[in-house]
Amino acid sequence: MTNKPVIKRLAVSALAAAASLMAVGAQAQDTIKIAYIEPLSGPFANVGDAGLKHFRYMADRINASGGVLGKKIEIVPFDNKGSPQESLVVLRQVIDQGINYITQGNGSHVAHALVDAVDKHNSRNRDNRVLYLNYAAVDPELTNNKCSFWHFRFDANAEMKLAAITDYMVQQENIKNVYLINMDYAHGHQVSSITKRMLAEKKPDIKIAGDVFHPIGKVKDFSPYVMQIKASGAETVVTGNWGNDLSLLVKAGSDAGLKVAYHSFYAGGLGTPSAIGAAGEGLVHQITEWHLDLPTEKNLPEMEDFAQVYAQKYDKLGWYYGRIKTQMEMLVEAMKKANSTDPLKVALALESMEYQTPFGPAIMRKDDHQLLQTLFISKFTKDAKHDVENTGLGFVTVAEIPAEKTALPTTCNMKRPQ
Amino acid sequence: MLELITFSIINGVLYGMLLFMLSSGLTLIFSMMGVLNFAHASFYMLGAYFAYQISTFIGFWPALFLAPLGVAVLGALVERYGLRHVHKHGHVAELLFTFGLVYVIEELVHMIWGRMPVDYRIPDALNFTLFTLFNTSFPAYRGFMLLVALVMFASIYLILRKTRIGMIVQASLSYPEMVGALGHNVPRVFMGVFAFGTGLAGLAGVIAGNYFITEPGMAWAMGPIVFVVVVFGGLGSLPGALIGSLIIGIVQTVSVAMPYSLADALRAFGVELTREAALADLWFLELSRVAPILPYLLLVLMLIFRPRGLMGTRES
Repeated sequence: MTNKPVIKRLAVSALAAAASLMAVGAQAQDTIKIAYIEPLSGPFANVGDAGLKHFRYMADRINASGGVLGKKIEIVPFDNKGSPQESLVVLRQVIDQGINYITQGNGSHVAHALVDAVDKHNSRNRDNRVLYLNYAAVDPELTNNKCSFWHFRFDANAEMKLAAITDYMVQQENIKNVYLINMDYAHGHQVSSITKRMLAEKKPDIKIAGDVFHPIGKVKDFSPYVMQIKASGAETVVTGNWGNDLSLLVKAGSDAGLKVAYHSFYAGGLGTPSAIGAAGEGLVHQITEWHLDLPTEKNLPEMEDFAQVYAQKYDKLGWYYGRIKTQMEMLVEAMKKANSTDPLKVALALESMEYQTPFGPAIMRKDDHQLLQTLFISKFTKDAKHDVENTGLGFVTVAEIPAEKTALPTTCNMKRPQ
Repeated sequence: MLELITFSIINGVLYGMLLFMLSSGLTLIFSMMGVLNFAHASFYMLGAYFAYQISTFIGFWPALFLAPLGVAVLGALVERYGLRHVHKHGHVAELLFTFGLVYVIEELVHMIWGRMPVDYRIPDALNFTLFTLFNTSFPAYRGFMLLVALVMFASIYLILRKTRIGMIVQASLSYPEMVGALGHNVPRVFMGVFAFGTGLAGLAGVIAGNYFITEPGMAWAMGPIVFVVVVFGGLGSLPGALIGSLIIGIVQTVSVAMPYSLADALRAFGVELTREAALADLWFLELSRVAPILPYLLLVLMLIFRPRGLMGTRES
């Protein structure tokens, strides 16, 4: 950790600059461009940077095996600085450059802005449509009331994840008191209300011992919250917290000797495991479609190689977004099936597609364009075979939810192009 | 309930003392040099990163001394080759200079240590439970943080009040020409004060970096609250910084444990509100949800009713 990251960072930015130069020069005919719209500067730049490396890896793999329909795939990064307004400006540039595919995931507020803009654009410009592939924005609304024909979501939405978590919780005999602690914004409130509703339906005798909201990123010392959790007698905590707000909560809990199980969405990657460290041993759970121990557990050496090559050549933090692989492979399949790269034809081929991932089938539901895939609840423990971020700890599966079990009804009333 | 209150107060005092470690350096620099150092929390971050880097080579204990020293040297260089030149152009230029420094330091940290949190851990020797009260354990490291903060307060106070160095420093502020005429090198005194102040911030970083999280955003997270403490306690007043830190630490920590809203308070006076009442969201907003915002509210109130702060001496 001395000078290497500097050189690497310079190299990455040089590559990015070269790539965008090439993007301008290359002909639209021989490459399929996918615009990657994420924060590449500012406080969340690390997240944007990690996602970009995932996509680049997938594009390199696809191109190495001959590309799609004789064309190469190219990922073109655009910096939206994490803001919906900026994303709309970026979308304009994307369209002006003649790019027909966009992908984004960080922030449902950004996703909502993009869905609206893409919808409007596509209804006015039938010869130059845009397809939006969402790999991480989990607001259930995006595939319910606000659904769009041009939006495809490859991550399980917050409601599906919580359905799986609550299913798991009601099966555990020892879970009787659940404490909810969430960030005070749309996502946190959704996690809280959905969890309460589902637990009430599934097992009314589970008590909600507490339900608090705290401002995002403002709390340094979580020990007062930990004291409250302790006083409430809860043995399980459900939280939608991410980043430092999750790490600090777990650390403060460990210091006060609080022994509760944490159920979370985003404990497994992008710096959070190193920040939590040993404090989360045996306590922190996450729900994901992928973790590093899965190939070993399922005995899939080719997936093990896949993750290893990524860690060696692209990012030593390791492969994290399992769904980016699924998304890119399904997109390639859809293009081959449609024998075209026209967004409308590809979209029609993509909806209702059933694709075999190494961990089970993935189904793109036609009604709302929500992907159904196998989900895994895993626990942060030192028994894992694969170390996460050099912490000496990793994730081990404790429950598996088959794709069809994750399906929830949708209120989507999709407007289809004529 | 007793358990909750006891621990809330202990934690509040601890958080307050940590705030004090940061704000003492800031208020010291301000009272001695009249410079409002926006980059103060950045030196705190550097302290944490230096300590992380040093502790990977030779362990935590040497880092405890070397890292603040390193930060102080850096602070001295910044004063000597930066601030001193800017000083001629007045306070606005100084303010802008330190503001720019925040971004420079943040980018440097990005380049050297990357954007992810680093694995800076509590030393094993302090990783045990100090005591257990009402079934809640109090980690030894928290006790250590408290101890360091107390020792720091006592030493600063003694140095400034009881030693010759302290006298010269205080005199340099009020009558720089006279002190210069007596044969003291006033610019060097200022450099020393700036280095000392940033060193204190570095020390706070060393002991807080592993307790919280050492990451590039930590300066931004801590910066605003430190300013609140200093303005609240009175710019330039060391005892004010101590009292301000403790009040803000305790208010913030205790209010988190209070699940009461304005509606509950009104109920005590016999006024019953329903969810349908006008502005119901405001009346039913629990204190615990707004807890981290309370310090800023206190700041605004303080500026309205007592602009010089609790123990400040200046009206502006």
